[in-house]
Amino acid sequence: MSVFFGSDLRKSWTLHIGVIMLLFALQFILPAYHHGNLARIMVLTCYAMGYNILFGYTGLLSLGHALFFASGMYGMSLTVQHLGWSAGPALLAGLVAGFAVALAIGLLALRTAGVAFMIVTLMFAQAGYLAALYFGEYTRGDEGFVIQQSFRQLAGINLADPTNRYFAALILFAICVFVSLRVVQAGFGRVLVAIRENEERTRMLGYDIHRHKLAAVVLSGTMSAAAGAAYGLLFGYAGATFASVQYSIFPLLWVLLGGAGTILGPFVGTLFMFYLIDLSSGLTTAYMLIAGFALVMLTLFAPQGLVGELRRRALRWLP
Amino acid sequence: MELGPYLILGLLEGLVTAAVLSLMALGLSLVFGVMRVVNVAHGEFFMVGAVLAWIIANAVDSHPAVNFLAALLLAPPATALLAAIADRLVLKRVAYDPERTIVATIGLLYIIQQVTLMTYGPDARPVEAPFNHRLSIPFVEWTESGMALYWPWGLGTTSYKLAVIGAAVLLLGAIWLLMTRTRIGLVMRATQLDSEMARAFAIPVDRVYAAVFGLGAGLAALAGVLIVPIQQAHYLMGHDPLLLSFIVVIIGGLGSLPGTVVAALLIGISDGMISVFFTPTLAKIIATLGVAFVLIFRPQGLFGRKGL
Repeated sequence: MSVFFGSDLRKSWTLHIGVIMLLFALQFILPAYHHGNLARIMVLTCYAMGYNILFGYTGLLSLGHALFFASGMYGMSLTVQHLGWSAGPALLAGLVAGFAVALAIGLLALRTAGVAFMIVTLMFAQAGYLAALYFGEYTRGDEGFVIQQSFRQLAGINLADPTNRYFAALILFAICVFVSLRVVQAGFGRVLVAIRENEERTRMLGYDIHRHKLAAVVLSGTMSAAAGAAYGLLFGYAGATFASVQYSIFPLLWVLLGGAGTILGPFVGTLFMFYLIDLSSGLTTAYMLIAGFALVMLTLFAPQGLVGELRRRALRWLP
Repeated sequence: MELGPYLILGLLEGLVTAAVLSLMALGLSLVFGVMRVVNVAHGEFFMVGAVLAWIIANAVDSHPAVNFLAALLLAPPATALLAAIADRLVLKRVAYDPERTIVATIGLLYIIQQVTLMTYGPDARPVEAPFNHRLSIPFVEWTESGMALYWPWGLGTTSYKLAVIGAAVLLLGAIWLLMTRTRIGLVMRATQLDSEMARAFAIPVDRVYAAVFGLGAGLAALAGVLIVPIQQAHYLMGHDPLLLSFIVVIIGGLGSLPGTVVAALLIGISDGMISVFFTPTLAKIIATLGVAFVLIFRPQGLFGRKGL
């Protein structure tokens, strides 16, 4: 990754700002159905980008990110539902919940590595999912609950309205893209990549591996929580399904498909997978079959993902 | 209401769980021990065993005992073959890289599960047990004339459940003999210790891996066939046993066979006991958190020697 060079840096900013402008323009062209889908995809991409910080850049494979997504979602929705908070403070509560959970999980899970790290994160997420079912009195378990339209107002803007919702999703998406870009271009991101490539050598160079990894978990978890909180607020629903194993697998799938360790990979992966599942669910109820095939084929033939392959073959400057 | 009879009931139910669980976890542990990979699709092989048992029993359509025997003889090898093919097509090509294998087996999990949903359907279907006598369990009480036996109401088990426990003990013994007393076991242990060196001594490591993966899946399928007369065959039934066998294998120490069996007993019996007295969800929360903390603070397991 040669983002040190000025021209590459400029190219990369142009590309990402261009993508955001394109998404802004699409708002006026797209038919209602795809318009709604794209808003969903942008929020879910933020989840995938959060996952990508940990998996793509730091090289830590977590199987429990649904816990962070659900922390954000429940942190937001439960304060709205049971404490009557308004959207602004509730969103903040979601972020704080995600931050706290990520910090706790990071401190515990980072004592392990490799396969043990994967299983530990899986187990914590499973415990979180079961806890959401156990406290069904508040969370209404798998059935979930609807967040009333009257609560979905931020600074006087009605977020239930499709246009406002699209812009809110776009703003969140833009924030996540810029945060990811800044992280990758800063020294911090380079240390993360160094840890991914060779942990021992990075340690020998004098970097505090544990603190960098912990920061990556917290950043990744908080970003996922932001996506979870926004998803609940924008689409007006919170349920335990979002805490299940399936939602831990999804970001892995999106990131793998789009390209781990690339900024736009999560977006490309989420976009493709969303429409693949959307189209196939019209044909069969067994739409997860597609996800399964995609996972196997990707690990076998394209471990770099779509954007990763593009970078390898043509655009070496892609961050 | 006395506590004693409930404890015995919990213990018996727990022993049945432990019997099935130990077979399944042994398969998972064997695969991890020899191949150093975690098979996330293991629960689906359990489910395939149960579903195949239903299909075979319906195809034979004779006396329940004949149906069940046919299922018991045919379903596990068929599942093992399926697993061996999956090993050749997928796992071998990712060179058994631990992390890529997990992602690939997650993919396999969804493929197997969803194909079952598309073909077998979403219904839960039972297979009739080959024999199923109700047995009442006596319990002691103090009467005026001293200690006496009585039969508390509702305290009972079936002959089939006892047979499951017996079958598991026999099978575990057979696996132990296979691993310690035969040439096949020797080859497996050699591959486990040092696959490079094994290859240098002309052991066909690739074929050993396919066989071990098949054997592991076959054990899971066997557990599935044994459980299907008690619990019906359903396309999502692999999920909970997968989680439980993960727990067992981790508590017992990954790759340690005696540890796996001890842990299966521990987990199975405590699961039986806990679910008699507490809600199953709370029990599962405690169990999953327990596993996470064992992995964090004692990664070699409670009985194992070496870590991951």
